[in-house]
Amino acid sequence: MRAYRSWGRYPEATPAAVVPVVWRSDPPPLERARGPLLAYACGRSYGDSCLNDGGVLLDVRRLDRLISFDGERGLLCCEAGVTLAQILDLVVPRGWFLPVVPGTRWVSVGGAIANDIHGKNHHRAGTFGAHVTRLELLRSSGERITCTPADPIFQSTVGGLGLTGVILWAEIALKRVPGAGIAMERIRFPDLNGFLELAAEDARFEYTVAWVDCLARGRRLGRGVYLRGDHAPLERTAPSPLEAQRLRVPMDAPGGLVNAFTMRLFNEAYYRAGLRARRRATVPYAPFFFPLDAVGEWTRLYGPKGFVQYQCVVPDTPNGEAIRTVFDRIAGSGEAASLAVLKRFGDLGSPGWLSFPRPGLTLAVDFPFRGASTLRLLDELDAVVAAAGGAVYPAKDARMSPASFRAFFPAAERLETQRDPRFSSSFWRRVRAA
Amino acid sequence: MRPDGLRVLVVGASSAIATETARAYAERGARLVVTARTPERGEAVAADLRVRGAAEVRALTLDVTDHAGGTAVIDQAWTAFGGFDVALLAAGVLPDQLRCEADGAAAVAALDVNLVGIVALLTPLANRFGAAGRGCIAVIGSVAGDRGRQSNYVYGAAKGGLDRFLQGLRNRLHRSGVAVVTLKPGFVDTPMTSAMDQGPLFVSARRAGRAVYRAIERRRDVAYVPWFWRPIMLVVRAIPERVFKRLRL
Repeated sequence: MRAYRSWGRYPEATPAAVVPVVWRSDPPPLERARGPLLAYACGRSYGDSCLNDGGVLLDVRRLDRLISFDGERGLLCCEAGVTLAQILDLVVPRGWFLPVVPGTRWVSVGGAIANDIHGKNHHRAGTFGAHVTRLELLRSSGERITCTPADPIFQSTVGGLGLTGVILWAEIALKRVPGAGIAMERIRFPDLNGFLELAAEDARFEYTVAWVDCLARGRRLGRGVYLRGDHAPLERTAPSPLEAQRLRVPMDAPGGLVNAFTMRLFNEAYYRAGLRARRRATVPYAPFFFPLDAVGEWTRLYGPKGFVQYQCVVPDTPNGEAIRTVFDRIAGSGEAASLAVLKRFGDLGSPGWLSFPRPGLTLAVDFPFRGASTLRLLDELDAVVAAAGGAVYPAKDARMSPASFRAFFPAAERLETQRDPRFSSSFWRRVRAA
Repeated sequence: MRPDGLRVLVVGASSAIATETARAYAERGARLVVTARTPERGEAVAADLRVRGAAEVRALTLDVTDHAGGTAVIDQAWTAFGGFDVALLAAGVLPDQLRCEADGAAAVAALDVNLVGIVALLTPLANRFGAAGRGCIAVIGSVAGDRGRQSNYVYGAAKGGLDRFLQGLRNRLHRSGVAVVTLKPGFVDTPMTSAMDQGPLFVSARRAGRAVYRAIERRRDVAYVPWFWRPIMLVVRAIPERVFKRLRL
């Protein structure tokens, strides 16, 4: 059996059985499967929301067929296991683009919906789920439900972490683009105030994101590099490689290559990269959106213990107090925080009851997993985020407490009314534990 | 995506490898007839190929264990497109070896799907291609057909028999200008192999399907998929039988 892991390689979980779901016309006999069910495709969730320890994983990767494409209106209908890479390869040469893309193209449509993912254009486009016009859900009872954004079952499935059943297919509204390029600008900023000033100009750009050096303290706290861009004409780009892995990290780095020392060097180098503080260029879309896709299984650099990513959102305050506190705690902890991604979410509402994005600043940062000290820091950060009225992203999470989850997602109770009684995940059992 | 008018028949197009090969043809604008065991599956594959750029796709229902019915479907497809440039036969199932050992009927059924059913289609196809004097017949065999092993010799016997049949057919059709391509995939990550432990030799169906496409386009006689199985099987075939029989393979 192939390995069914999450992207962070922590925690480990072993399904009791794996059932391939291959045809939308004749779904698998779910009534004979024992234990809780959960759909699995690319395994790009970082923590345990895509894992089902002791349960049944429904492998939907072969549910990868396109169903229809309306080239006039930009409506694409496809099965849930289709990857965003497949979609971009098809539609970009035809002058269309996905309305929202995350930091990797190797995620499935089903996963994009179940986690209601966001991207660098959240301030303009909202989440992925906001552009899904229809989907079909298969329940464990065998019932099939085709639903649209007005339906409660749709709103609970978007961002619903796969708990409402198996998404069989979905229809997505694409957007027109002038070509395969991104006209981008790279601007260095010396501290958090520099970030906030740049973020105030976000409305002028389709895509904005910042990389921040989490280990910088004092005067330099919050320093980093701002990237912003818009779609631009560009003749041709290479299609995606056949598989996610091309240049593959061949094995776990013994003990991990990522520690506080190497990260400090790396962060410094990234901040200094390029002699000029501001640079403009038109680049193909793939390296702009998916820089880490160029190296397969890069997470192995973290060593056999894996890593955890922490992504939170905190409401905006005039001088970013809460996010300042988060940076302070990380830099003071001695944990080897890598480059972090910082972005201001827009105020467009999310379509899912359990969607993560909400107005404010969102920060995502990787930590090599070092056991208790890592977990202690993240619990401290949870407290800061909760006090600020923010939330932590379930798709990235491997460790938040049930109490934190309840504080971040009061709509969880409502989701239970739509959850398929046979569906659950390692994540769900953890955060719903009494 | 310019239609290039190439006419391609894919039998067993619902198999993961064949679907990927068909996609490579669809992307260059080919016209395809695809067959599957059920109309829903055939239509699901056909719709996918249309979206990917195929100039025309027809889905037909074909069960390789129904020999007469299968021949009729081939006739129907041939008439509809006025012949084919490429025919890829990919229908097959991986039988449960232990069941085949316990139950002779299961072993016979496995041979019927993987060998007899394919031969039943190859015969009329060979005659039609031979009369046309051009084109390519490609068949998915397996590395399992290169040597019998205790863990899957029933499947291996079917694929090995197919290997011999295709050798002869290639020899027979060579002078009429028709190529016969034998494809021998190793371990491919497909629903067929989802219950197996997947070691480093496994490749994705996508990679295997594109390798099949390239082998057909180059009119290779025998192609291992991917290529690294050629040296591996060279070694496996070279082991003397008195040693081989002691191995746990």
